[in-house]
Amino acid sequence: MAAATLRSAGFDRAVLLVVPAAAFMLLLFVYPFIYGLVLSFEPKTGGALANYHKFFTTSNLWPTIGTTLKLAVPATIINVFIAVPIAYRMRVRSRWQRIATALLVVPITLGTVLIAEGMLTYFGPRGWLAQFLQVTHLYDGSIRLTHNYWGVLISLVVSGFPFTFLLILSYITGIDPVLARAAATLGADPKAQFRHIYLPLLAPGLAMCFCLAFVQAFSVFPSAVLLGAPAGPTRVISIAAYEAAFEQYDYSLASAIAMIMGFVQLLIVAFVLSLRGWFYKGPVTGGKG
Amino acid sequence: MKHDFSELRLDRVTRRFAGAGGNAFNALNELSLTVRRGEFIALLGPSGCGKSTALNCIAGLLPLSSGTIGLDDTRIDTLPPERRGFGMVFQNYALFPHMSVAKNIGFGLRMRGMPQADVAPRVAKALRLVQLTGQEHKLPGQLSGGQQQRVAIARAIVIEPPLILMDEPLSNLDAKLRLETRSEILRIHRELGRATIYVTHDQDEALSLADRIVVMKDGVVQQIGTPEEVYAQPANIHVARFMGYRNVVDLPIAGERDGHVTLEAPDMKLVGVRKLPLDGKRAAVAMRPEEIAIATEPAASNVIAARVDHVEYGGRDSLVEVVTAGGKRLHLRSSTKVAAGANVYVHVPPERVLVYPSEGGGI
Repeated sequence: MAAATLRSAGFDRAVLLVVPAAAFMLLLFVYPFIYGLVLSFEPKTGGALANYHKFFTTSNLWPTIGTTLKLAVPATIINVFIAVPIAYRMRVRSRWQRIATALLVVPITLGTVLIAEGMLTYFGPRGWLAQFLQVTHLYDGSIRLTHNYWGVLISLVVSGFPFTFLLILSYITGIDPVLARAAATLGADPKAQFRHIYLPLLAPGLAMCFCLAFVQAFSVFPSAVLLGAPAGPTRVISIAAYEAAFEQYDYSLASAIAMIMGFVQLLIVAFVLSLRGWFYKGPVTGGKG
Repeated sequence: MKHDFSELRLDRVTRRFAGAGGNAFNALNELSLTVRRGEFIALLGPSGCGKSTALNCIAGLLPLSSGTIGLDDTRIDTLPPERRGFGMVFQNYALFPHMSVAKNIGFGLRMRGMPQADVAPRVAKALRLVQLTGQEHKLPGQLSGGQQQRVAIARAIVIEPPLILMDEPLSNLDAKLRLETRSEILRIHRELGRATIYVTHDQDEALSLADRIVVMKDGVVQQIGTPEEVYAQPANIHVARFMGYRNVVDLPIAGERDGHVTLEAPDMKLVGVRKLPLDGKRAAVAMRPEEIAIATEPAASNVIAARVDHVEYGGRDSLVEVVTAGGKRLHLRSSTKVAAGANVYVHVPPERVLVYPSEGGGI
């Protein structure tokens, strides 16, 4: 008899490796989420849905959804649109690629607060940019890029770009370059190679990248406070939740706002990912080997 | 872009690469070759010999470091690949994974702005040519390796290129499929009547397909000739080795007369044909395993006494390795059964002993 027998059925102990992660998720994500969900249905006054009713009828609460979307969606689109051509240019491995990647990734290590501080001095009314434009008479009007919508948008683009870029770069370098060469021998110029080969193969990755970048931008808080006008044009939904929780001490309302925030994100993500069904989703190489 | 041509001329085509530590090396050194319409050319050599570099230079996927490429009167080496219009078949097929078989094959036609109504019948014709009718709506991932390679061939020929370039197209296929696809490639080449340049490291493929073979080593052309020439009369010892002259022995020269050279060592005396001018006291002799025979007793000339070291059974015949008294190893193919350890005599006809200048040392 063989010493070791192949067991076809039975308990695979490797499954136990999942336990720590599962426990972690349960304790630190699932439980707080359910706690918050339940809390949002237990308002200080009124029925179970009073918080949600209040949110959608109060004039400084419900518009925060639109305000946040107006920041997060353009910031994400801008980032994806800038990152795709840069990543496409840098798809070939070279010394350049490593240097440029390192430079472009720096903002990710800085954190939103540091970026906001830097932008306040650089983009501010007395900052270098304004002074330069006025000295050279490139633009003579008054320049306001801080404490308004544009300041927050720029900071979202800056802080979100490295993430978008790295993700797209990894998608693009995963596409076998021999496909573009094959297309070239068949008469496709570089523009056609991008349109017919890279773009279709990249589309599912772009959708995924859009979702991740969007979720990140949607929960903007520090830059909206530091660089924006948190009382008006950049009163984003996370500020509303913060105020409810820590200024009015209405945790129940804050939970409801957080739930609404999550639901809006989920809607957008589900919409974008459903678009993926239109695209080819298989392997991105041209055959064996 | 033209569809027909009479001559493709490569003139001293050179491609340099920056090597490790900043010293550049020539991956392809002064390749000069004229390909005529209808010809099947094989670029043959071991990996790293520059054959794929040559193909990529012709396709326009690699810029030349120096030299020119001309198609009839037009200089084409400065054109990007999309304006040369050569069909290329890649080693790993390079099919577009997101396009159906029909879309893959029609890609080149669509890039030329051909209306869809004209594309469809040509795609159907190409599918018939590679015997894949009925598979047009599948994605490449749903096809077998051999089918994928046939789609790649159809995609390259449907644009009716003057020249088809093939980069080791059979190396990913299994042995049986390789033989089938090989004859198919030859059939398609004859049917189109244009020219094919075929890169391979397999001497059998080159011998069976090509009208002319270009043997390369270290970026340098060693010999250009018909399969018969290259097989029977290798221009130098490198070509001989590559064409299956497995036994290369370095021996002292004893005499030379009328192109015949006598070589003599204590355990081995051979007469052979001089293939290149000899200098020095030693020469390298090349012999094919198929052309050495086992004899049981010493006969005339070119007989060597040896002991059978081991025998590899190979069906129709066996590969026998023998060792001479001086320790020289020879490989031969024999249909007579011999046992390891037996003392035998081996014989090789003088005209099948090719003598080249010694490589300095040798075996």
